[in-house]
Amino acid sequence: MMKTAISFTVNGRTREAFVPPRMLLSDFIRHELELPGTHVGCEHGVCGSCNVIVDGKAVRSCLMFAVQADGSDITTVEGYSTDAGLHPIQQAFWEEHGLQCGFCTPGMLAAAKELLAANPDPSDEDIREAISGNLCRCTGYEFIINAIRSAGKAMREADIQNTLQPV
Amino acid sequence: MASHLDTNVIPPSRQREAPRSGLTWIGQSIKRVEDPRILTGNGGYIDDLKMPGMAHAAMVSSPHAHARIVSIDTSKAKALPGVIGVYTGEDLAGVVDPCPSFASPPVPQHAMAMGKVRHVGEVVAAVVADDRYIAEDAAELIEVEWEVLPANVDIEASAAATGDALLHPDDRETNVALDESFSFGPVDDDFAAADRIVKRRLRWHRSSAQAIETSGVVAHYDAYKGGYTIHCNSNFYNFIPFVIGGSLRVSPGELRIVPVLTGGSFGSKVFSHKIIILTGGLSRLAGVPVKYIEDRLEHFTNSDSHGSDRLYDAELAVDKDGTFRSMRFTVMDDYGAYLQFGVGTHGNAMAQVTGPYTIGSFGMRVMAVLTNKCQQGPYRGFGSEVTNWVMERMVDAAADELDRDPVELREQNMIQPDAFPYMIPTGNIYDSGNFQKVLAEAKQMFDFDDWRAKAKAMRAEGRCVGIGLATCMERSVYGPTEWWSLNNKATPGFTLTSTPEGITARIDPSGKLFITLHSPMVGNSPETVVTQILAERLTVAPEDIVFNYSDSQTGFNGVGPQGSRFTAMIAGACVSASIKLEERLKRFGAHMLQRRPEDVELRNGMVAVRGLKDQEKSFAEIALTSSFFRLSFPDGEEFDSGLETTAVYDHPLSTDPDEDRKHLGIFYPIVGHICHIVAVEVDPGTGKVEMLDYAAVHDNGTIVNPRTLAGQVWGGTANGIGTTLSEQFHYNADGQFTNPNFAEFAMPTANEMPRNFNLGHVETPSPYTEYGIKGGGEGGRLGAPSALTSAIENALQDYGVKIAALPVTPPVLRGLIRDAEKIAAE
Repeated sequence: MMKTAISFTVNGRTREAFVPPRMLLSDFIRHELELPGTHVGCEHGVCGSCNVIVDGKAVRSCLMFAVQADGSDITTVEGYSTDAGLHPIQQAFWEEHGLQCGFCTPGMLAAAKELLAANPDPSDEDIREAISGNLCRCTGYEFIINAIRSAGKAMREADIQNTLQPV
Repeated sequence: MASHLDTNVIPPSRQREAPRSGLTWIGQSIKRVEDPRILTGNGGYIDDLKMPGMAHAAMVSSPHAHARIVSIDTSKAKALPGVIGVYTGEDLAGVVDPCPSFASPPVPQHAMAMGKVRHVGEVVAAVVADDRYIAEDAAELIEVEWEVLPANVDIEASAAATGDALLHPDDRETNVALDESFSFGPVDDDFAAADRIVKRRLRWHRSSAQAIETSGVVAHYDAYKGGYTIHCNSNFYNFIPFVIGGSLRVSPGELRIVPVLTGGSFGSKVFSHKIIILTGGLSRLAGVPVKYIEDRLEHFTNSDSHGSDRLYDAELAVDKDGTFRSMRFTVMDDYGAYLQFGVGTHGNAMAQVTGPYTIGSFGMRVMAVLTNKCQQGPYRGFGSEVTNWVMERMVDAAADELDRDPVELREQNMIQPDAFPYMIPTGNIYDSGNFQKVLAEAKQMFDFDDWRAKAKAMRAEGRCVGIGLATCMERSVYGPTEWWSLNNKATPGFTLTSTPEGITARIDPSGKLFITLHSPMVGNSPETVVTQILAERLTVAPEDIVFNYSDSQTGFNGVGPQGSRFTAMIAGACVSASIKLEERLKRFGAHMLQRRPEDVELRNGMVAVRGLKDQEKSFAEIALTSSFFRLSFPDGEEFDSGLETTAVYDHPLSTDPDEDRKHLGIFYPIVGHICHIVAVEVDPGTGKVEMLDYAAVHDNGTIVNPRTLAGQVWGGTANGIGTTLSEQFHYNADGQFTNPNFAEFAMPTANEMPRNFNLGHVETPSPYTEYGIKGGGEGGRLGAPSALTSAIENALQDYGVKIAALPVTPPVLRGLIRDAEKIAAE
């Protein structure tokens, strides 16, 4: 199948690739870029496990073709933490027990990042709404909500403005 | 105790670590040690695995519920560039044998259909190709000619089916795979003597766990290197790998099953043998490593993990004063097209079928009915979630008929705190409990009396507000007789009585404690639990404990997380390993300190002389010396170098079923208790249910980690809410599964969860497990459906609505309200 050239930034690195036009962004990220932290749960846009940040927005990477990411800035879960440690949202998920099997977690983290970038001090209802497009079968959501609330507080206290970049 | 139980003698306790206060690590909500790697995307799930030369499989699935395969034309698919091979059921049968089955006699199943298909989604052909996209392209080019047969969708109709509607006509001339009756105690006498018999027909519809990760396998067959290496997200890889080896036609020495981090199971990945055999066979046929990850549709339609689908005709024998005398029911269960675990889900339910109540006898007829649906597998509760609901429905019905307060009626019949261990009519015991205390805590947390008054006032304003309360059992730590105890005595099958859990522990020369677990992580917290117990027992720092997972060849006795067994069982293995390691540490350490072993103790990661402050050697010093400086110690094998041990913990308390099945023995004795109370408001115009307030109090004995236990309760409750309000697999008359996707099978999101959820715990330690730990992995789903159903019925009392089937989706509730209005108008 004919391939198309794309260039994009992923987790701060500029990359180029040739991809078949029909390749899903989720498959491209997982299997071509070898960033396995983006998970595929349903491949029909409902579960949200494959959420990644594209140009500042949390998007379903299973509903996007890789070619559509040409020129985009992509952040996956691998780009959230640094050598210095976990991102405050990841840290909060750890402290508040916001994950069990962890499969939905990267998508939840992306939703949380998008929310806190727009609304650094969300109410619990804001948080529920922000993650209502992400299915989790383990936690019953309560500890995820606690984690996002707690992450917001930690980030406000540390004066972290742009949650879409690694800190 | 009833005389039929005389032969069921409770064995003595083998507990070594008594429950006690003042523990350092047990009881602390430490952060999970598993999390950092998972949070950063480095968990290592099955689809993250790549092997050199790995090809990808895609399946052709049956579009029909029941059909003969007339012909399969694979020529176009084979011609597609990038395709390595295309295989049918006959091809696969050249390298693999039929799937293992716990049912006796077995219902034969092939990993890929041969001759005919028995449900939508059953695989009839597979493509192995360079990538998944090509494999799926090729799968679409495969042409199958079908001869459609009558589809069995309804339980009762299928039980009566004949001729072409028979699923397995070569093996049995009926679709009823098992039909057995039991009487535990004087059921007939008790019913004859009772003042009243409360009867209800109750229906529990089909759904499944639907973990967010599907099942998947990476299999590599290499004849020259010694058979199969299979990575998979199965729970059960280390207990009976030879059974899978049997189907793959290799010896256990030629089969290495390697676990991966699993993205949720809730029972659905307990065995996963079919996908292992299927992918393994494809690798052997294609001559390359093969990855096959189910897509969501395949997971819905073909992953052998559908939940219970039951029709009960239940009777409760009660006296005028409200005393429960006996219970009996006939249950038909729609198992789908095959019967992998026999009627294990009904065996399970026998652990606590009479609930927290003093009921003297119990009788049952169970019928396993085969239909044209994907077969059942485990789902959180494994059948007991249904009988909990049936029991609580019957108690509510009795309260209705006797015009009694449902909570008072429960309290009147509850087992008293001084009656433990308490043997129920089926022969299982409840090891310990204080149901009254759990109820009292839940009522207090919920502000029960206040809420009742509020709800009454709200109903007076015309709002449909109601309260439901359920008091349920949560059995944990299963013994495997549940798999076969209900089988026909003439064909009991594989009468397994072991469910061990093992651990390997080694202190390396740096002083780190290297632990090998023999069961996988599936979203539970095995490393955290083991860290807490070993830190407690060996006085080591949690950060000095390092984890690894064995494969089926290096592993030893691991049954894995299922039946809420893992924490209690691994705690036992940890204690056994600690005792062995402690003995060695003391022997080497005492020698280095020039003391006798009986004069030293473990203290803060040191072997230290009792009563003396500075006389001590760190585990690191001892491990280093014992590993590398053999001549520093006396001759004799007790000083063989290194500090390593493998320990196993067998089921702490089980007995055999009675030969005549007068009772089933003790098989699920470590029993917790649950009280859920919920207030709901129903919109009678739309059928929407809103949870206004929710309280759950669980007694899971001694708690190792309160926060991870709370996570289990929360998650289980969310599953139970879904089961009650929204989750059902729908089939049309042709056997088409009409909602196998996340858009139409509605699992709760954060928006569907109650806003006020209060969780409490009572700790009644088990006298039989180490530290008194009980399992707590299933409780939420074992309690929520009963309480929520009750609350909805209570909210709709002015309409006279009675709920006899789950789920009660908005359209279902609207239907019930409409019917009630019609009756009222007549």
